[in-house]
Amino acid sequence: MRDLSIVLCGEAGSGIQTVERVLSRVLKLAGYNVFATKEYMSRIRGGMNSAEIRIGSRRVDSFVDKIDIIVVLNKGAIKHLENRISERTVIIGEKTEVVENERHLGNFVPIALREISEEIGGEIYKNMVSVGVLVGLFRVRDEIIEDYIKSYFSEKGTDTIDNNIRAVKKGKEISVELAKRTSLNIDISQVDGVDKEILINGTEAVALGALAGGCNFISFYPMSPSTGIAVFLAQHADEFGVIVEQTEDEIAAINMALGAWYAGGRALITTSGGGFALMVEGLSLSAMIESPAVIHLGQRPGPATGLPTRMGQEDLLFTLFAGHGEFPRVIYAPGSLQDAFSMTQNAFIIADKYQVPVFILTDQYFLDSYYNLPDLDILEMKNEFQIKEVSKEYKRYEITESGISPRGVPGYGDGLVTADSDEHDESGHITEDHEIRVRMVKKRLEKMKFLEEEVIPPELIGSENYKILLVGWGSSRNVIKEALMESNRDDIAFLHFKQVYPLAGEIRKYLENAAKTVVIENNATSQFGRLIKLETGFEFEAKLLKYNGLAFSVEEITEFISKL
Amino acid sequence: MSENRFDMGEIDIAWCPGCGNFSILKAVKQVLLELDIDQKKLVMVSGIGQAAKIPQYIKTNYFNGLHGRALPAATGIKAANPHLIVIAESGDGCMYGEGGNHFIHTIRRNPDITHIVHNNMVYGLTKGQASPTSPTGFETPVQNNGVFIKPFNPIAVAIALDASFVARTYIAHKELTESILKNAIEHKGYALIDIFQPCVSFNKINTYDWYKANTYLLGEDYDPTDRKAAFAKALENEKYPLGILYQKTGGVIFEKQYYKHNEKPLFQRRPNLSSIKDLVESKRIN
Repeated sequence: MRDLSIVLCGEAGSGIQTVERVLSRVLKLAGYNVFATKEYMSRIRGGMNSAEIRIGSRRVDSFVDKIDIIVVLNKGAIKHLENRISERTVIIGEKTEVVENERHLGNFVPIALREISEEIGGEIYKNMVSVGVLVGLFRVRDEIIEDYIKSYFSEKGTDTIDNNIRAVKKGKEISVELAKRTSLNIDISQVDGVDKEILINGTEAVALGALAGGCNFISFYPMSPSTGIAVFLAQHADEFGVIVEQTEDEIAAINMALGAWYAGGRALITTSGGGFALMVEGLSLSAMIESPAVIHLGQRPGPATGLPTRMGQEDLLFTLFAGHGEFPRVIYAPGSLQDAFSMTQNAFIIADKYQVPVFILTDQYFLDSYYNLPDLDILEMKNEFQIKEVSKEYKRYEITESGISPRGVPGYGDGLVTADSDEHDESGHITEDHEIRVRMVKKRLEKMKFLEEEVIPPELIGSENYKILLVGWGSSRNVIKEALMESNRDDIAFLHFKQVYPLAGEIRKYLENAAKTVVIENNATSQFGRLIKLETGFEFEAKLLKYNGLAFSVEEITEFISKL
Repeated sequence: MSENRFDMGEIDIAWCPGCGNFSILKAVKQVLLELDIDQKKLVMVSGIGQAAKIPQYIKTNYFNGLHGRALPAATGIKAANPHLIVIAESGDGCMYGEGGNHFIHTIRRNPDITHIVHNNMVYGLTKGQASPTSPTGFETPVQNNGVFIKPFNPIAVAIALDASFVARTYIAHKELTESILKNAIEHKGYALIDIFQPCVSFNKINTYDWYKANTYLLGEDYDPTDRKAAFAKALENEKYPLGILYQKTGGVIFEKQYYKHNEKPLFQRRPNLSSIKDLVESKRIN
């Protein structure tokens, strides 16, 4: 067995998140490679949510449909996961909550979770009993789980800690029994060094990248799935000197952020499609006043409120074309945690250097998915800060040979710093002079040439002598990569775009080398395919589009590849 | 006229002859001079409209942003560098209409900024439509049977939200206007000054004579610290009271909350990569 997939399923508020967190960390600390992700409904209590934890002898970093073990926390879980349950799936849970679909009873192992947890001190301990069962299957040492529980519940007092430890122990006892009663043979290997690796999700990778890029201001209005970035920065605000302001609306968020940049801050804006729609005029303002801006856009399926807690890649063309008037921009769409970190750090560097808006496009699946990795490579920031002390003669929009006007801030130097949403002259004052207008338009648009030089090229995964080329962008990277490796096909390669605008110069070459090209996206209209056609004239032969609100699974892509 | 370092010299000003904006500009520059404000440390923030052009005519730093959005930009500027003196200034349509939500929430935040609103009860630059403060019955090419919705009362709203400084003046009262502006700029916390001014091109009702007849000065005995009394004053609409209607000191100031652990303005901060590495390290164990 190379890897195993465990899914926990129950109502919102039933503690799935706690189980996911404790289990993924404890297994990692025990030396197992882990991947964890979740899907959830837009409600606070009730409904049906699930978390998947994959454990692998090799690195695991993507979502699979298959379920080896289900832990049922509430009635309704089996129905919720029906399509993913196979003959081999082992179902663990309370008899009254599982018996709803006879078909699956063959692998059902009833556990009196409620009774056991009541004995310990209440139904609240059901989750930790489940954790105990699962860590027992992986033979995790008591010391690891106990230490983790002590730190996780450190603020809750010794009674809570003791009860949770008892719950886990009870669960471990059951797991011995369980192993005997099922065909489950867990032979995943622990890997040296994994216990010392870091375990983060996409939200943390973006937020850490922002800190590394010098982010010291974030203004936002809460909106799934983007809010986690602001929460993370708020929790570390004092330590890193970050001003975190929750605004009255997204319009205030972007205008406040632009005010902060103007006065010397390095502001991040985090939002989702609907919130970004409200920010669009502000985006246009950033272009006119040549302000840097870094916008994290956690996409979700639309239009309008759409599926608020689900996954989609529907805002690429919106991001590309948002804003009245013409101006350059950069759009990143990281596919790995390292890229999310580095590209967010780089977004601040590029935004500052060229005084342009830079986007980081993610989605719920990317933001909520964890996996272990050895480290994060951090770029040292030495000469990456562009603010200049201004002299008396300073003109904010001076036309320079380099094409970039030095950026000063008010109160630093003897000069004055202006910003004007109207067309303006070099000093920043309103003008309706048509010649100046043309010079200013050119000056703003010519930055595109620098941005093209800074493009992060796509990554070719698989055989260089491919006949078929799969193309994807953003969060589908790891899933498509794993499916391709799984498929063992030396005639297929995968080209992943982590920067989607501007595009790298050599993409036609990659595309034309293939006899067949397929674009894979989480939207209904192949937005990236259309973007490539717009930029290069190239048209894809085939498309694999998924827009039901869920991420691609490895199996879906593997099956697709098998038919190519 | 004496030399004022805030003067721009010979420039083309886009206002109509006789516009109240000229007197407001003059008063603002006079007060800035009298308060001995360093123009390098001053930022004028505005939105869009005729009043919003005022920063263009003052020799200082400015951020002339979007219609209705001066306050969030001003708040961001003040938060990024509390050493700056920040004045947000624009018209009634910009501040009370398009920017109404920001008006409410900026008062709640209480940044140490001065908020000057040119209130002429009409939209000038778009040629004479009703503004949020137009009186009922006011006829325009759009509201051609007269405005039938109630006018926005910025003074009452500000006092209801416990704004830390609320004043109203009429631009023809030069001394009162200058004295209020001085007090507002020196006040610690958010300060609103609503300035009545005529629009000579599009408002034939609220003229110089109308303002003269429909306003009165608050007496010497008026106590601006009594919020209930101030609110009662704010509701008067037979004749509008002019002066500092409400002022309180000692409130929590927005940007100060963010400088308790680090006094450096944001432009002087650099990322602490070793702390970031420590934070990444912590992700190995939890």
